[in-house]
Amino acid sequence: MDRRKFIQTGSLALLGSAVAPSFAAPFGVSGKQSALKAAMDHFGVTENDLQKVMSAALEKGGDYVDLFFEHTFSNYVGLQDSEVNRCSSNIDYGMGVRVISGDQTGYAYIENITLNEMLKAARTAARIASGTKKTDLVALTEKPIKTNYYPFTTSWEYVLLKDKMPYLQRLNERIFALDNRVQKVSASLTDDTSHILFCNSEGVQYYDYRPMVALSAMCIMEENGRIENSYASRSYRKGFEFLTDEVIDIIAREAVESTAILFKAVKPKGGEMPVVMGAGGSGILLHEAIGHAFEADFNRKNISIFSDQLNKKICNEHINVVDDGTIMFNRGAVNIDDEGTYGQKTYIVKNGILTSYLHDRISANYYGVPSTGNGRRESFKCVPIPRMRSTYMEAGNRTEADIIASVKKGIFVDKFTNGQVQIGAGDFTFFVKSGYLIEEGKLTQPIKDINIIGNGPKALADITMVANNPTIDNGTWTCGKDGQSCPVTCGMPSALVSKLTVGGES
Amino acid sequence: MISNNDKKLVQWALDYALKNGCREVKVNLYAGSDSSFELRDGKVDRLQQASESVMGISVYVDGRYGTFSTNRLNKEELEVFIKNGIEATRYLAKDEARQLPDPSRYYKGGKPDLQLYDPNFPTVSPDEKVALAKAVGDEAIGKDARIISVESSYNDGESFTYRIHSNGFEGEMQSSWYSLSCSVSVKDEGEARPSSYWYESSLFLDKLVKEGIGQKALERTLRKLGQKKIKSGEYTMVVDPLNSSQLLRPMISALYGSQLQQKNSFLLNKLNEKVGSDKFLLKDEPHIIGAMGARYFDGEGVATQPRVVFDRGVLKTYFIDTYYANKMKMEPTISDPSILILQPGSTDLNGLIAHVDNGILVTGFNGGNCNSSTGDFSYGIEGFLIENGKLSQPVNEMNITGNMISLWNSLIETGNDPRLNSSWRIPSLVFEGIDFSGL
Repeated sequence: MDRRKFIQTGSLALLGSAVAPSFAAPFGVSGKQSALKAAMDHFGVTENDLQKVMSAALEKGGDYVDLFFEHTFSNYVGLQDSEVNRCSSNIDYGMGVRVISGDQTGYAYIENITLNEMLKAARTAARIASGTKKTDLVALTEKPIKTNYYPFTTSWEYVLLKDKMPYLQRLNERIFALDNRVQKVSASLTDDTSHILFCNSEGVQYYDYRPMVALSAMCIMEENGRIENSYASRSYRKGFEFLTDEVIDIIAREAVESTAILFKAVKPKGGEMPVVMGAGGSGILLHEAIGHAFEADFNRKNISIFSDQLNKKICNEHINVVDDGTIMFNRGAVNIDDEGTYGQKTYIVKNGILTSYLHDRISANYYGVPSTGNGRRESFKCVPIPRMRSTYMEAGNRTEADIIASVKKGIFVDKFTNGQVQIGAGDFTFFVKSGYLIEEGKLTQPIKDINIIGNGPKALADITMVANNPTIDNGTWTCGKDGQSCPVTCGMPSALVSKLTVGGES
Repeated sequence: MISNNDKKLVQWALDYALKNGCREVKVNLYAGSDSSFELRDGKVDRLQQASESVMGISVYVDGRYGTFSTNRLNKEELEVFIKNGIEATRYLAKDEARQLPDPSRYYKGGKPDLQLYDPNFPTVSPDEKVALAKAVGDEAIGKDARIISVESSYNDGESFTYRIHSNGFEGEMQSSWYSLSCSVSVKDEGEARPSSYWYESSLFLDKLVKEGIGQKALERTLRKLGQKKIKSGEYTMVVDPLNSSQLLRPMISALYGSQLQQKNSFLLNKLNEKVGSDKFLLKDEPHIIGAMGARYFDGEGVATQPRVVFDRGVLKTYFIDTYYANKMKMEPTISDPSILILQPGSTDLNGLIAHVDNGILVTGFNGGNCNSSTGDFSYGIEGFLIENGKLSQPVNEMNITGNMISLWNSLIETGNDPRLNSSWRIPSLVFEGIDFSGL
């Protein structure tokens, strides 16, 4: 199959998921017992059960087993035609058993958590191994969350629908008030709360509480019979306190401004040209051009264009690129990954040198290095694989104005919808919702709806100027790989790529 | 499989919601299982097996509408879940357009079995599955010195859906599917490691094509070696049947009631207008026995029927469900299409290429998007330069850019080669005068 790796921003999925009426409290808030113990009670398992299941999983000779329990509540509430008149919710509950034998993986999951069902799943996953090797189990010890990157004040599980609705109304009113060309607004608020319980055959056990919220607006405007649409969104690992007048104002302005500009925009003439990437969402370039190709599963299999480039200079020595799970409240923040490694900040390019791939347990073992905490999974229904978190470039020493002034003829881009990459060939693309022509060092005509295509190593080597305005884009970025969706963010200072192929008219 | 006890639970949930204040209710239960066996260079790399069930409940209460789903299927939890759902829905603004379909539009049974489920599904052993995936990979492994990786896989699944509505609909669907695929990576010049793939799929194991997959994946990879971008300009574009449906997708999305009502469709107010060339003849044929995508009713229980979507370029129907029909005060049609068939031509891909003097054969799209309001699109592509009826240079790192309506007006020929294992049967397509951006 075509194993596509892509990223897209949120409000394309406005009609998305869910509105869970809450019936579970965040574990451990009642004080007396630990959150971990409360989670075990919640899932109805004892340490003895967990050990029995792990034993069964290793009975065919597997090297390692982990058990991943999840209870997720998802809520959606939506506004259309100025009415908050739609809601949905979903509850997902279950556990997965993963057995590793060498670099091979066996996986099975169940939704009905009983000892018998867990043992059945364990024996299914165990089949990946075929040997008599005996792996001794270790007594479970809690691995505490060292730093909580997503502390919350008010859990979404306690927030009633009626308390969320006024924010959507305000967002709608604000958008209509900003421009009389606005015809339609669709807005949505989604929140998710996940309770995660994990243990493995090395004795590691943890509990993590993961909140997520996204607020999105799509705006349709009409001018002289012509219709255009654009969107804005913000997403964080935060509780109800995320909803403020300030965030509503930011989203409303961005939705309106990014739609209004389209009436003045044209398609540029296509071909190769310099591209100035505006600060923020331009991080999509890093995500596609290098981020996926640095995920170590592709390199372990020798199918990434960067497979032989570790510790080699791949771009200008002033460039540093980071994949970071430690940004407070960030959509890509990871307290602890889905196989028990703490979230961390990983330099993938330091002073122009490819310094580290993004590892999960299997690839780390293969390369003989510690995992970088990138082992993530969409849910208990999926195996963990190396995934990005927040991928960004650190600041350079130029100004954005200098960079634009240096371009005689090219384009400036700063609003994106989606991107994609071919890991082995290195060809990546991203779709530009809007930007500007650059003529004689100045931004002139707005442009829109063009795809940009380049080749990862070449594009990286062609980054010749980086500005001092690093910015993380906190839109609803969702990355797809091997059929699994994963929340991420990206960021970048303004930067010049001296040559990319821009779509357009001939 | 959905048992009688499952059906009783669904009926109980519907009754419980009605008892707790709903005017109308829809309940559905989905149950499915799947398995996947992935091999790398002939060795099992990953096996996965799972089964799942989820219940969805849509409530119509006090003129308001909410929809809820859960995989926690015991009655005690469902009671709380349903009550909370009803309570949450009561906070919403009224939406009188939310109605169940008129019962006269429901599928009422009596038609022949669509034959979408393989009764042998439960009997296929894990060893057989691995053997099938291995045979696929063996067709490529070791066949060329430049190969760096061969991944082959076997996937299968079965799904069962049962749905009841409080105004009288009851419907059940079941389906199975199998697929075999192969992906080959080779070393090219420099650091590039181009890869390509091939796959076959079927609803029935005995009808699944099991041979030639690895070989085809290898051929498709090797022919990409030496890809480069070529000069920007207008070319005739030929799109192979593995990729042609990507160009149709925005045309279909633009026909949904949800897009039209929100004024977010470039095909708004275009019914009975010519928006494509005479070669653009597209039908929805929902009742093909044994075919992927066949069904007698849509997600609302409304009976499907054959319909023409585009007739020689003229738009003949929108896809309008009950809700958006009420909102727009239009007649509903069907929520979405089932099996789309684009009128095939008389020659295969090679025959089409033979008639092109200066063109590009597109064998893969890479990213890109289409503006749903205007139909303006731009997509990355790879493929081959066509010179005087023959493929010459492999090309990549190029974009095509244009507008959907102009594109479909420039359709000049269709092939006779749609993939019949897909619910969108779109053959090779030839468009003239397409803007390609490269050098």
